[in-house]
Amino acid sequence: MDEDIKAFLVESYENISQIETDLVTLEKNPTNKDLLEGIYRSLHTIKGNCGFMAFPTLEALTHSGENLLSCLRDGQLQLNAEITSSLLELLDAMQQICAQIDAIGQEGEVDYSGLIQTLNQLQSRDRGDEGGFCTNVTINSQKEIPKPAPTNPEGSKLPCDREELMSALTTPNTVQSIRVDINLLDKLMNLVGELVLVRNQIQQFSTLQDETAFVTTSQQLNRLTTELQEGVMKTRMQPISTITRKFPRVVRDVAIATEKQVQLEIEGEDTELDKTIIEAIKDPLTHLLRNCVDHGIESPDIRQTQGKSATGRLRLQAFHESGYVTIEISDDGAGIDSERLKQKALSLGLITPNQANRLSDTDALNLIFIPGFSTANFVTRLSGRGVGMDVVKTDVEKVGGTVDVHTQLGLGTTFKLKIPLTLAIIPALIVTSGGDRYAIPQTSLLELVRLQGEQADHGIEYVHKAPVYRLRGKLLPLVYLNRELELVEWEPEPAHPQSEIMLNIVVLQVDNFTFGLVVDAINDTQEIVVKPLGKLLKETPCFAGATILGDGKVALILDIFSLASRAGVLSDEQTNALIQQEMSSQSTIETVQMLLLFEALDNSRMAIPLSRVVRLEEFPRTAIEQVGDRQVIQYRDQILYLVNFANVSFVSSQRFSAANQKTAVLDADLLQVVVVACQSGRQIGLVVQRMVDIVMEDLCITGEATRPGVQAIAVIQGQVTELLDIEAI
Amino acid sequence: MAQFHQFCTFFLDHFFLGLEVENVQEVIRYQSITRVPLAPPAVRGLINLRSQIVPAVDLRQFLELDQNVTKIPVETELDEDSEHLPLNVVVRTADEVISLLVDDVGEVLEISDNCFEKSPETLTGNARQLIRGAYKLTDQLLLILDTDKVVELTIFKPTLRN
Repeated sequence: MDEDIKAFLVESYENISQIETDLVTLEKNPTNKDLLEGIYRSLHTIKGNCGFMAFPTLEALTHSGENLLSCLRDGQLQLNAEITSSLLELLDAMQQICAQIDAIGQEGEVDYSGLIQTLNQLQSRDRGDEGGFCTNVTINSQKEIPKPAPTNPEGSKLPCDREELMSALTTPNTVQSIRVDINLLDKLMNLVGELVLVRNQIQQFSTLQDETAFVTTSQQLNRLTTELQEGVMKTRMQPISTITRKFPRVVRDVAIATEKQVQLEIEGEDTELDKTIIEAIKDPLTHLLRNCVDHGIESPDIRQTQGKSATGRLRLQAFHESGYVTIEISDDGAGIDSERLKQKALSLGLITPNQANRLSDTDALNLIFIPGFSTANFVTRLSGRGVGMDVVKTDVEKVGGTVDVHTQLGLGTTFKLKIPLTLAIIPALIVTSGGDRYAIPQTSLLELVRLQGEQADHGIEYVHKAPVYRLRGKLLPLVYLNRELELVEWEPEPAHPQSEIMLNIVVLQVDNFTFGLVVDAINDTQEIVVKPLGKLLKETPCFAGATILGDGKVALILDIFSLASRAGVLSDEQTNALIQQEMSSQSTIETVQMLLLFEALDNSRMAIPLSRVVRLEEFPRTAIEQVGDRQVIQYRDQILYLVNFANVSFVSSQRFSAANQKTAVLDADLLQVVVVACQSGRQIGLVVQRMVDIVMEDLCITGEATRPGVQAIAVIQGQVTELLDIEAI
Repeated sequence: MAQFHQFCTFFLDHFFLGLEVENVQEVIRYQSITRVPLAPPAVRGLINLRSQIVPAVDLRQFLELDQNVTKIPVETELDEDSEHLPLNVVVRTADEVISLLVDDVGEVLEISDNCFEKSPETLTGNARQLIRGAYKLTDQLLLILDTDKVVELTIFKPTLRN
């Protein structure tokens, strides 16, 4: 096909879907001039291009659409549902023609004169006062499509010409894309994945080598690989908005067909997923949305009798969670009645009465995924044929995902899709348990806690048999990885919990719920290439995939969600309690801040917001180098300026010298350094005496700063603490 | 006319086993195995086959052999003992690549279909599904494995356990 036509199609498809989105939004706020202007311009671009390319049917269509739009723009007409519907119909027709052009290179034979006439009538409706009659006028079959006479006054013609000129000027520049075979991208992705692994191996060698040239080269390799990896990943990643863009229209159509009022909210549209996965989940998502409108959300009058607002809320949220992308579709509709499901399944002969009695509510919910199951009493155009939910499930499972459904009668239903990033390269924490290494996706990682000696002896307490740790005053349930994975015999009540000398707790978050995973050792953080486990191990719980570590060995990637539910961390009761707790604490959340408490070299107690802390590090004193009058450390390929409090807070020379003595005392020790991010993006290192704690504190400022570098004074944990002003340092 | 087929042969305990040569991707020496907790018992773990992660399957269980014979070290130090380490016969099945752990590999044999005979009815259990039949060689029998069945049986196991 002609390159020009290809470019035309790509641009037209883009424009059409843009108009579609804008139009549905415009319907909600019909007064938005900018949106209307945007729609007009997009349509006009298509029309202009049609002229160049000689597609008369498409040109005629767009022309009448444009006329209608210009009436809207001039305020002669008000946008209503009828106009929106016919404009959407116009878009469908345009899409059809584009598809035809795509397939055969020509516009095809379909006659759109009816649609054109409708569009023309709509715009003349308000001119005459006979609007009411127009709707029923039967359209005579006119073979010849009259090129609509320019009904616009001359004035509006002018900007058109200018825009035409503009779009003609900008068009060649905007088409900066080429089509690439997806298989080629797959191949590139695999190669980059392997390159990353080789890079990791080289990096391990380079730590053993002293040769500077080698180390530099491997650093170079590291940087290039990372950039290449990001680039190739990007070529395959698409924001989820590429499919969600269509959803407002879908929801609108179903809502109108079922005479319901629905408001669709979409969050996390920029969440990116691999292209193949995006394509695979498009249909399931569309189906779920339609289902929610059709089955979930009640009609406005029923909603109002139940004290809900007439407009139903439909939410689609997409976000990254523990190495997966989670997509939640929730409505505030009627919910699913599990009793009714059972009855229906019985009458359809899908289950026996015996089974029905034994079925728990949760299991009953899963009945909707059985092929041939439908609760709708009538088969409608939209649903009720019993094909659907089972297809949704199989489609999602095909890409290795899962579908969960939660419902509350009268309150709504939530479908939760977990989509894996099988092709992704993700940052992970490598831990050791039972002699093997495991990777934990960093997305679910909150913090690491190490208990030593005394602390390890007494840190773990038991609520009956369940081990817990007091993390900043709250009980954190502990899960022993080696026991969950059955690497050691599970002892219900360890006889000597004191025997553990050092304890590593990885604090993880799943679904708003935190727990501590006890591992033998914490090794490293690494970029890992997620590889699927394959059919043989698909049923094996707790693992999301596998990866190859720097030394060439295989490590399993933990599926934190599955691990947590296996360990019983996620019970409904706990989740509910947590939600309530969250609700109650929501009002106060703004003033509560996470603070890092430490003791400065002059023994004063200080705090900085944890959000500013990049890392806590220990450096040997020998690592310090002197640059002019400043002390620096080479840190992660950067030069890190060290800030010594003794130097910053010079209240008196006495104190200064006292602090200097302190530094002298520290000479033999390791330096405790808090790496802090400045607003400018630079990092600095605060040298401190010791870390005290991390606290969640409702900040109440009690005093003004008494020395430079200090922002304010507050009472934290019953002690006066200075809050540092990082920017001032 | 009798047709000839090529078989990749290997030894497992006292068995002389064979696979159609088309299904065998390669034979490699021992690779360190990462165990997979909670996995079906036949899966001994995962190996790194040139950046591809491949499950290593031990057939002993299905063939009802003594499972303690193969020594699979937890940490790989390929020492002088490596002769006793299992070898990997990497096999392409319908959907994926798996590795069968074997004691030793034999030659590739080209055998006439005339020598083939199905497993006798007296063969029962997993072995019946796994062994398609035998080629009658002059001094011993070459048992032909069905690789797709290996996958099926392995996956089937955990559901049985539940």
